[in-house]
Amino acid sequence: MLRLSDVSIARAQRVLLENVSFELSSGEALIVTGPNGLGKTTLLRTIAGLQPLYAGSIEADEDAFGYAGHATAIKPSLSVLENLMFWATLYGREAHLGQTLEQFNLTTLKAMMAGQLSAGQERRLSLARLFLTGRDIWILDEPTVSLDRSSVAELSEILKNHLTAGGAALIVTHADGLDLGGMERQLDLSPFQTRAKRVTTDEAFL
Amino acid sequence: MITLLGRELKVAFRAGGGFGYALIFFFIIVLMLAFGIGPELGLLSKIAPGALWVCALLACLLSLDRLFSLDYEDGTLEQLALAPVPLETVVLAKVTAHWLTTGLPLALIAPVLGFFLGLPEQGFLWVFLSLLVGTPALSMIGAFGAALTIGLRRGGLLLSILVLPLYVPTLIFGAEVARRGAEGLAIGTPFALLSALSFGIFAFLSFASAAVLRINLR
Repeated sequence: MLRLSDVSIARAQRVLLENVSFELSSGEALIVTGPNGLGKTTLLRTIAGLQPLYAGSIEADEDAFGYAGHATAIKPSLSVLENLMFWATLYGREAHLGQTLEQFNLTTLKAMMAGQLSAGQERRLSLARLFLTGRDIWILDEPTVSLDRSSVAELSEILKNHLTAGGAALIVTHADGLDLGGMERQLDLSPFQTRAKRVTTDEAFL
Repeated sequence: MITLLGRELKVAFRAGGGFGYALIFFFIIVLMLAFGIGPELGLLSKIAPGALWVCALLACLLSLDRLFSLDYEDGTLEQLALAPVPLETVVLAKVTAHWLTTGLPLALIAPVLGFFLGLPEQGFLWVFLSLLVGTPALSMIGAFGAALTIGLRRGGLLLSILVLPLYVPTLIFGAEVARRGAEGLAIGTPFALLSALSFGIFAFLSFASAAVLRINLR
């Protein structure tokens, strides 16, 4: 589903990681680990297409990625339903709205203003948005932040469903609570760290 | 585009959306001007068209720093960049929403404020029309400035410094239309130039703003 070959990534005119290669196939999750500041987020953003690739190649189907970053992209002054409705319309998937609300236990909350949600509920809403886009490969950056143990279990359940349905996931996380029932692999990025600080050309013109 | 626009308007009208601030600011600053200059009606009515334009421009400027920065901070902007819509459409929807909630109300209320400043009656229509045609350009130039300054803390002042000089041509032609209208002179040429400027800016800067946003999202 996704293949990275000799990928190098750069941020703020510095090459962070070099020669990262891995494959991700359907029904599989890859947990990416490594110390802070290594470039995990940058790698995810590069794969998602938010950041230009410095070197190497990324092979994947077109429109395969759904990305959920640190920020949740939720408007506090809109209701839960309005928040989801907007993205559903944008992706042309209004038909899946009811099912999504149900699957993420949001049906009872749908009229609530998103600003009144708890951190865990907000995270759930943000995952519901991701699910609603219908993309196959989920890219999750720290999805367990601000979640309690039962919410993490819930998240594991959602991810397992996604994987058994033929999806895939690429996850950066520090928490060990995520239990994907053996469908996950670990990838430590530390060996790919660039030794020398190499300066690249101006990113704006890549 | 409709979806995007609908959402923008909804957010703007809900609590904390900031709708109406620019309008009230416009109202207050025009009154301040009248107080500052004093009760000399001849002088006031002479400077009214230009004063209204400058005040409208400042009011417009005030509402700009929230245009992209809120969406940038809460992650909406990067999700929009990944969604199957061009970023140019996103910019157009945002600017249109900004104009509908700021520029259009400013143009509508300007003749009323013109009355306070003793603007001659024949000028009411032209103050309104010049602002109606000119404010889309103000919104679009502002969006370009806002796109450049997202992610900067205290970007508001920098935004003003970047945007105000770019407002000069629009101001010159807009105020000229309003002045000539108030004095009952022919307005054909400046009005044509103002329209051309406004449409041209609207067409070009949407692409420029989208490009700048893409770079700033990295």
